[in-house]
Amino acid sequence: MSVNGSQRVDLEVVANLIPPQSRVLDVGSGDGSLLELLQDTKQVDGRGLELSQRGVNECVARGLSVIQGDADKDLEFYPDKGFDFVVLSQTLQATRNPKLVLDELLRIGNRAIVSFPNFGHWRVRLSLFVKGRMPVTQDLPYSWYDTPNIHFCTIRDFVNLCEELGATVEKATALDAAGQKIGLSMPWWFWNFFGQQAVFLLKRS
Amino acid sequence: MAALRAGKTNNEADQPSSPVLRFGADKPLKLDAGTLLSPFQIAYQTYGTLNDARSNAILVCHALTGDQHVASTNPVTGKPGWWEVLIGPGRIIDTNRFFVICSNVIGGCLGSTGPASTNPATGKPYGLDLPVITIRDMVRAQQMLIDHFGIEKLFCVLGGSMGGMQVLEWASSYPERVFSALPIATGARHSSQNIAFHEVGRQAVMADPDWHGGKYFEHGKRPEKGLAVARMAAHITYLSEAALHRKFGRNLQDREALTFGFDADFQIESYLRHQGMTFVDRFDANSYLYMTRSMDYFDLAADHGGRLADAFAGTKTRFCLVSFTSDWLFPTEESRSIVHALNAAGASVSFVEIETDRGHDAFLLDEPELFAAINGFIGSAARARGLSA
Repeated sequence: MSVNGSQRVDLEVVANLIPPQSRVLDVGSGDGSLLELLQDTKQVDGRGLELSQRGVNECVARGLSVIQGDADKDLEFYPDKGFDFVVLSQTLQATRNPKLVLDELLRIGNRAIVSFPNFGHWRVRLSLFVKGRMPVTQDLPYSWYDTPNIHFCTIRDFVNLCEELGATVEKATALDAAGQKIGLSMPWWFWNFFGQQAVFLLKRS
Repeated sequence: MAALRAGKTNNEADQPSSPVLRFGADKPLKLDAGTLLSPFQIAYQTYGTLNDARSNAILVCHALTGDQHVASTNPVTGKPGWWEVLIGPGRIIDTNRFFVICSNVIGGCLGSTGPASTNPATGKPYGLDLPVITIRDMVRAQQMLIDHFGIEKLFCVLGGSMGGMQVLEWASSYPERVFSALPIATGARHSSQNIAFHEVGRQAVMADPDWHGGKYFEHGKRPEKGLAVARMAAHITYLSEAALHRKFGRNLQDREALTFGFDADFQIESYLRHQGMTFVDRFDANSYLYMTRSMDYFDLAADHGGRLADAFAGTKTRFCLVSFTSDWLFPTEESRSIVHALNAAGASVSFVEIETDRGHDAFLLDEPELFAAINGFIGSAARARGLSA
């Protein structure tokens, strides 16, 4: 259920956060790109949960350990701290209950890695401000009526949610439109304005 | 051909045309019924070569009316092996690479000890004197066969339907001996509806006057009508409404109009009658009772205090489950509950649901998506096991 039109520039950023031989659960594993990258470069013990049956069948045919399931419903079946890392890549905004899903990620994994498109990006703001219409960008190609992305948030919103859930942000990265990391020294407001995507490494406080 | 004709004893039961392993009094089979079966025998087939490390063995578990002839001509029917689309030289399960073992289950009728086998105590077929056999009993016997080959750990155990139940039992009872497990179109327990269908089949057999309380061989008879009806009813459950309608619709059989009688006017009737008739030529009626009962009794969670996850606690086996959208005998939910239990146990598990209208029997057919999933799973498991391509 990777519901994003971009080239998934976040994948390498996510992969760099994961040490070799970790146990990883990729929630919303899509066609298995991240799992494959992690297996090939980090020799992780990787598992996937994916909503679309087509995606799952492709993953399994590629030799990945993936099951069909729904992040909103099926995370409850995983034991506490069953994984070193639980990754939710470009999927949070498509869940029905992002708060509950994030809570589950923090329960299942020693650490959670969440990447999402930033709805606070200046292009999005500009579209609403100037055109008065819901933004349709290269990164977010859907119209409001057919988008699977039902719970958009900005980087600031997400930081607030983490605080509410008692999650510590161990690392955060914002990527600009070209997929380049935005300088670490920049303040939140800058990231929230220029970051097209964000990747967070979280841990339950 | 047609070795099971009425009036003859069942030669394949005692003297199978496949290899057979006989266990004497020193090696009885412990049965869940609380007794020991001894002596007993297991008829089996193997394909390919066991490598020096004995790490390339795949055990195939057959379904309700299957047998050990998984990838070679069936001696009774003369037909190709029941899973030759999947298993053989150059196939998805390549016998040039893997050592494939398939044995007739205990309680079966093609050479492993079952109700048609001669009871050494009486010199007559066991009939209903054979204790009820469970899935776990079958697996326990298979384990003795695997010991015979000196195989510590099977690379893979796979099977569909009742075969899938055996796979789950293997993974649960002998997790250290199963590197990967591939249960297809199956469940961790038999549902009430499935028990109901089986009971219909058994009652049809037992209502046939030729059944003689299970002692039909002694009367030179076989309950062919009852067994055929049982097979007809069961066969419907292996298909789907959509597939039946697609295949047969309301088409008439070799006639222009309805006959206003009870002949097989419709193609579907003729088809089912054919299925019933050909089945009795190859299968023993009492064995059908035992096979269906073994599935009815299967409830893996109940064997583990009601919690299915406990059946797989601490498992290191790699699992891949497969279900089919139109399978109403073992619907996807049955597989999904196993997947949830495996998740809870922290197991490595893949799960594929395949879109098809061919119902439960899809697992035996040429289903490209099924083959792609099996290929991917076996391939990655082989890499993890260090087996060369």
